[in-house]
Amino acid sequence: MAMTVQLDVVSAEEKIFSGLVESVQVTGSEGELGVLPFHAPLLTPLKPGMVRIVKQFGEEHVIYVAGGVLEVQPDGIIVLADVAVRGEDLDEQAALDAQKRATEQMKNAGADFNYAEAAAQLAEAIAQLRVIQKLRKK
Amino acid sequence: MAGGKEIKSKIGSINNTRKITSAMEKVAVSKMRRAQERVAATRPYAEGMRKVIGNIAKGNIEYRHPYLSERDIKRVGYIIISTDRGLCGGLNTNEFKKVVLEMKSWKNQNVEAEFAVIGNKATTFFKRFGGKVVAQQSGSGDVPRLADVIGSVKVMLQAYLDGRIDRLFLVYNTFVNTMKQEPVIDQLLPLPQADIAQQGHNWDYLYEPDPQPILDMLLDRYIESQVYQGVVENAASEHAARMVAMKAATDNAGDLMDDLKLVYNKARQAAITQELSEIVAGAAAVG
Repeated sequence: MAMTVQLDVVSAEEKIFSGLVESVQVTGSEGELGVLPFHAPLLTPLKPGMVRIVKQFGEEHVIYVAGGVLEVQPDGIIVLADVAVRGEDLDEQAALDAQKRATEQMKNAGADFNYAEAAAQLAEAIAQLRVIQKLRKK
Repeated sequence: MAGGKEIKSKIGSINNTRKITSAMEKVAVSKMRRAQERVAATRPYAEGMRKVIGNIAKGNIEYRHPYLSERDIKRVGYIIISTDRGLCGGLNTNEFKKVVLEMKSWKNQNVEAEFAVIGNKATTFFKRFGGKVVAQQSGSGDVPRLADVIGSVKVMLQAYLDGRIDRLFLVYNTFVNTMKQEPVIDQLLPLPQADIAQQGHNWDYLYEPDPQPILDMLLDRYIESQVYQGVVENAASEHAARMVAMKAATDNAGDLMDDLKLVYNKARQAAITQELSEIVAGAAAVG
């Protein structure tokens, strides 16, 4: 029987694959590479692409990852996968958006805020009314 | 005493409210279960990350990433996770109280603070509180995505790298159990030493290409995943808190209805008694 090694493919949101495999093929940042059992400890970033897995008993399995990191250790292989394609520009854009939202929300009282404040005031008024009602009962 | 009709319509309206709160309770129960599963699903990634970062830190002692070294505290940053919607008891209020208390102690040490807020409730609160809010995010819905937090985290990480803040904290509600959720303040940066598991080993990875960019990338991802975990856990807490709050509301509505029914029956009987005595008195007068 072919030798196997434990493989875990996980992302920040979920566990994608876990099990014994005969070999793994990934797209590393420096090029395609295949990993067999008893590979030396290795760490490399991944490019968006396929992870081709040959499971125990030869069954093939293909997973798409949007990047991440491959870690190889004698006792197991871990693929820390990204959930979406990442890039310096994309991250930068997300950061700018978050900042813009902050300044916008803080300056203009949007419809949403009026609602939230009105809801708070309403809750207060209801509480006061209830106190008055209770006093009247007595 | 109010007339029977008014009481009856009041009972009807309370009954309607009770139907709504009990429906919300049931929705919260099922959402909470799914949120808990999501919390469990985020754990393997964070554990794998921690292990790898620990291994690199052990192998490459000459390279000190800024995330790993302590500095004097002049300014601090907070990423505050709250819910988008209300009706979940004191969940958000307790969390904000904790932050306000911390702010007071920082103020005494002349340390200023910046905030990145996630969720509508935190946005509204910190707008009133008067903090310096540098990033905002809301509307993640029931299934939060990692992509939702990247922007806010990036703003804070950049602030840390630029030296605008010297510490970064994460504030969220942990899910202890269904009845209990607790606000916590975790330190994200610099990375607490305990987070980087130091295993005794004397081997190092083959790096492709270099260890430094890989470590940089991993640390960013690690912080992001921590914040994401906070968001998911906060969501589980939100649903649990809402479930409890709605259960209490449903019970209260039931009590109120019982009381009102009693009042209604009394009023009805009083009316009948009055009518009877009027008839009897009328008959006596005639006879």
